[in-house]
Amino acid sequence: MSTLKVTDETFERDVLKAGQPVLVDFWAEWCGPCKQIAPVLDQIAEELSGRVTIAKLNIEDSPSTPGRYGVRGIPTMMLFKDGQMSSMKVGAMPKAKILEWLTETGVSA
Amino acid sequence: MPATRSVRLAIIGSGPAGYTAAIYAARALLKPVLISGKDPGGQLTITTDVENYPGFAEAVQGPWLMEQMRAQAAHVGTEFIDDIVVKADLKAQPARLTLDSGEVILAECVIIATGAQAKWLGLPSEQTFQGFGVSACATCDGFFYRNKAVAVVGGGNSAVEEALYLATLAASVTVIHRRDSFRAEPILQERLFAHPKIKVLWNHAVEEILGDATIAPGAFGPAGVHGVKVRDTLSGAAQDLAVDGVFVAIGHAPASEVFRGQLRMSKTGYIKVKAGTVQTSLPGVFACGDVTDETYRQAVTAAGMGCMAALDAARFLTHKDHAAAQAPEKAGASAA
Repeated sequence: MSTLKVTDETFERDVLKAGQPVLVDFWAEWCGPCKQIAPVLDQIAEELSGRVTIAKLNIEDSPSTPGRYGVRGIPTMMLFKDGQMSSMKVGAMPKAKILEWLTETGVSA
Repeated sequence: MPATRSVRLAIIGSGPAGYTAAIYAARALLKPVLISGKDPGGQLTITTDVENYPGFAEAVQGPWLMEQMRAQAAHVGTEFIDDIVVKADLKAQPARLTLDSGEVILAECVIIATGAQAKWLGLPSEQTFQGFGVSACATCDGFFYRNKAVAVVGGGNSAVEEALYLATLAASVTVIHRRDSFRAEPILQERLFAHPKIKVLWNHAVEEILGDATIAPGAFGPAGVHGVKVRDTLSGAAQDLAVDGVFVAIGHAPASEVFRGQLRMSKTGYIKVKAGTVQTSLPGVFACGDVTDETYRQAVTAAGMGCMAALDAARFLTHKDHAAAQAPEKAGASAA
């Protein structure tokens, strides 16, 4: 599966009420490091399809969700399970480190 | 099973030095493989206006400039690997580069263009609030500080540039600098001093980032930074400044850790090259750009050194091929 675009309007339905864990990537057009991790997240979305949804939220178009979760730096990745934010990472990371994090949090084997 | 592959030339790093080296090496038909590293595009991807790269009468955006360099390198035949080198054995022949994915690249010749990375203050509180009020990228995170009070720590070009950028968004910007003058270019200083929203706190050092990292009941995220504790480096007096964000811009350190112990380096980790060249202490290993340049550290100087490294690499490989072609003759001669 490819990445899922979420907005302030769809956040509750697509993230908080999702049937599986969701990794939300908070990003913006002007952010260089966000662009660096974008292709990596596309790959992870394919590889871990069925276990985790990789969602992308544009903070400029949807400012209220990042505000609510205290996001003040991008890229920030937050992992949501059962409607709760369970873990987060700030800043760009290589693919192996993101996968390691998803393993630690029990999302991928 | 991790793959192993052999290449003629590996270029490590994807800033102006790495991309320029790739452009020249690809045009010399060396089929270069460029390993992008942790931050593809390098430091310019987190800047805005670039006004001093020749060829552009109007300011260009840093990320755009790097996209163009990458596209140019791709266009002439560079192969990119978006990965990082986690282990390097440069003394082996060919040199052995292990990537994060486990893949091993065996390279007859190596160009190191890993650049430099932003330094942090090294305070525990700074780490606690990274992403929640502490940032090293004003262009990324300035958005969150619209009409808020922010501090910028540092006194070089990047500190002054970040302050000027943040002043377009924030209510106020305080630049905190340990000394009584800036190292930044005079033109940038002039703009900064003239800006009504920016003030400078000279001779002060940051001691602690103040804030709340816990998630309060009913809240979904941490409240984050609400101030910074600074100390006067002359009088020793401490004070707290109320700010919502702290941008750290205290300079850069060379990204040479993975090569430590194999190449001659300065105490601060800059790879040493023979004066006026890009030759390191090992044959067939060249270094260019900020990883070797403690003095100039400009996109254009890095690009220039990248060109030198590619030309030297081409010469090195030609000599090597020539020597290899001669070798069987010699072996034949001694046997006769």
